Amino acid sequence: MTKLIVNGKEVTFDGDPDTPLLWVLRDDLRLTGTKFGCGIAQCGACTVMLDGMPRRSCVTPISTVEGSEVTTIEGMQGPEVQAVQAAWAGIDVPQCGWCQSGQVMSAAALLQVISSPTDEDIDNAMAGNVCRCATYVRIREAIHTAAKTLEG
Amino acid sequence: MTDHDTRMPTGLANPTRRGFLAGGAGLTLALMLPLSGGRGAAVAQAQAPFAPNAFIRIAADDTVTVLIKHIEMGQGPYTGLATLVAEELDADWSQMRAEGAPGNDALYANLAFGAQGTGGSTAMANSYMQMRKAGAAARAMLVAAAAVEWGVPIGEITVAKGIVSHAASGRSSGFGALAQGAAAMEVPADPPVKDPAQFTLIGTDRPRLDTVAKSNGTAQFTMDVYRDGMLTVLIAHPLRFGAVVASYDDSAALAVPGVEMVRQIPSGIAVYATGTYAAMKGREALVVQWDDSAAELRSSAELYDMLSSEAKTGGRVVQESGDLAALDGAATLHEAKFRFPYLAHAPMEPLDAVIEVKAGKAEMWFGSQFPSFDKPAAAAALGFAPEDVAINVLLAGGSFGRRAQGSAHLAAEAGAVAKAAGRDGCFKVVWTREDDLRGGYYRPVTVHRMRAGLDAAGALIGWDNTVANQSIMAGTPMEAMMQNGLDPTSYEGANDLPYNVGAHRLGWAQVQSPVSVLWWRSVGHTHTAFAVEVFLDELLEKAGKDPVQGRLDLLKPEAVRERGVIEAVAKLANWRGRTADGKGYGFAFAKSFGTYVAEVVEVEDRGGFPHVTRVWCAVDCGIAVNPNIIRAQMEGGIGYALGTALFSEITLEPGGTVAQGNFDSYRMLRINEMPAVEVEIIASAADPTGVGEPGVPALAPALANAWRGLTGTATYQLPFAAPLS
Repeated sequence: MTKLIVNGKEVTFDGDPDTPLLWVLRDDLRLTGTKFGCGIAQCGACTVMLDGMPRRSCVTPISTVEGSEVTTIEGMQGPEVQAVQAAWAGIDVPQCGWCQSGQVMSAAALLQVISSPTDEDIDNAMAGNVCRCATYVRIREAIHTAAKTLEG
Repeated sequence: MTDHDTRMPTGLANPTRRGFLAGGAGLTLALMLPLSGGRGAAVAQAQAPFAPNAFIRIAADDTVTVLIKHIEMGQGPYTGLATLVAEELDADWSQMRAEGAPGNDALYANLAFGAQGTGGSTAMANSYMQMRKAGAAARAMLVAAAAVEWGVPIGEITVAKGIVSHAASGRSSGFGALAQGAAAMEVPADPPVKDPAQFTLIGTDRPRLDTVAKSNGTAQFTMDVYRDGMLTVLIAHPLRFGAVVASYDDSAALAVPGVEMVRQIPSGIAVYATGTYAAMKGREALVVQWDDSAAELRSSAELYDMLSSEAKTGGRVVQESGDLAALDGAATLHEAKFRFPYLAHAPMEPLDAVIEVKAGKAEMWFGSQFPSFDKPAAAAALGFAPEDVAINVLLAGGSFGRRAQGSAHLAAEAGAVAKAAGRDGCFKVVWTREDDLRGGYYRPVTVHRMRAGLDAAGALIGWDNTVANQSIMAGTPMEAMMQNGLDPTSYEGANDLPYNVGAHRLGWAQVQSPVSVLWWRSVGHTHTAFAVEVFLDELLEKAGKDPVQGRLDLLKPEAVRERGVIEAVAKLANWRGRTADGKGYGFAFAKSFGTYVAEVVEVEDRGGFPHVTRVWCAVDCGIAVNPNIIRAQMEGGIGYALGTALFSEITLEPGGTVAQGNFDSYRMLRINEMPAVEVEIIASAADPTGVGEPGVPALAPALANAWRGLTGTATYQLPFAAPLS
């Protein structure tokens, strides 16, 4: 039995302790905004916040997050994610959309740490998030826009 | 490699039976009052005798919902087709909504195919007049209803931004309050549409209808569908193409908690479980013996040798003009062989489908790109009549051609899974990334053999090109589209050259293999544009000519739009030749799917490997309905093509197994490798053509040309990274 906090609510999981957090979120909690893309932490579509840091949920066994706080795209709050989502909408970043929950999570996490990122900061923070539609030009632009919004 | 740390609004209305059907010219339309929402209602509606043909619904709350007959997989038809309706309806963009139309041939056929399906970048082109007429008819009926209600002449009523007005009486109304009256009006058979000069939405930018849901996790894709009692099903597929199950032992799989059953189906062994992870573990525990007697056992290296031999034969004549004997007297004879690997599409959402069987009927939810093929295929696997299978077309997390299957193999597999269960129930078939990359349906391996000659003055006097590859259409329902046994998707782009090349011959050598192949974003142009534009660039260099001016000089007189994009991109990029300031610049042009694209690539040499810093792109796709989506598709097409040119190949190892399995071995472009992109859209009054694919073909040849200019190294095989020796 694993207990954890997901989007502010305590949840318990009593299945296979090796089950990746991703599948607990999706199959058991029906939090489907977190996506499956590769299963080996190569694409970032499954990115969630684990105790405040971005984490690939597809390779995170549920047994390792006992007592942790997990935030998914559905539970993300705060000025950073709001600024990111507004910037995403402002220039229509998404195409197919499958990777974008993960992109938004990684971008918000970046802005929480670096409020005014350079292009290099963006590369470092976002290179783990694959977008097969290659919306990268707009992801970069939208992160800069979100940073400016946060500066006020 | 870099290191890594470890809804759409569904709300389909339950329609009242106020739908009206307009016949003729493919125009269908219904205005109706929604009562309640619910997934699957569109299918119910499509089967209801009174309310079938609906593209437009206007609700009491003024929202206008457009049923989109083309799958939304990122390329923008939800927004694009809704724009066409909103334009003629004089709606306000904020009241517009989009939903995927259900599978229904009669109602939602692609007018370019005569069947329901999305492909060949045809969505906008075939819908352009149909959706405008639908919007114009709805507007006419709203106006007629207002005229009756207000007792004023139709001709005095105006509509703007979703408000119907009569200036003299000062009366006005939103659409919702008029919807019921409008539904009782006669449907105009052939309503007039606007002169393009009157357009207020077409040609301007507005937000995509799917952006918000795709930024906050609420957009619903196939994998997000969960239904009561649903089992998740993974299938163990053969390790080699053409292999089949010889025997299997499922005892260990059945011992995995959560695994409910294991069944043999035509495509492999299916493991049914209560969750995805249990299905994965169950499948790992399976022991399967495969019968490889009919399998492809050759390696990629062996296949290339075979293709090279076939290309030398010259193949069957596709196109021939003039006498290639002219090459015998050439002052300069140039020859090259180009080699292209298998490519997987690798959409971010792997293949998946949900199927529910209840009392002899089936309902499916998935990103069905060819509902016209998917429905009968699922029905056949189930032993049902096609009309007893309903398809809800959901958003797809990318496709790039992968979901457009002439074989309908995924729908057939889902049907087989449901059938083999031996009971009613709901089943979600999920492919993992390994299933995706090892599962075939690749862009076919291809070899181009090229020969051309220049005279003493450097003029082209002959061009001889043989393409060797496997047909995409042969052996599928698409075979009917082959012409005299020729598959145009094998060589499109190498025929009908826009350049005067002297004597010209194009041959095609068709090869056979059990490996399944499929169209991959821009199809034949993925290799023909490379072979033609790289080879031409070398010839121009040998003749001492500039890549841009040299091409302009070769253009046929009728190649006006080709000239337009070539000149535009040269200006946009401030073209200065093959090198400047230590960087290489390459040019390429490609027309595909009726759209003209020219690109310039700027490349740096970083440790012997190309790094693309900037790309300029000029595109002529006729009337630019949504310029921002067109720019996005060019940017995305360029990124998709660049990652592929640099990194991507699927290779068969000796014995026929696939070497790659996931994104660690089938490398994707990442943000730090994405160049800045500048796009210019050519102003045009021509009818719109597609943009989903045409950004792709010119990128790789422009990159190869830039790299050759910078380093002197020619590129005859892709990808740039670690080519197969």
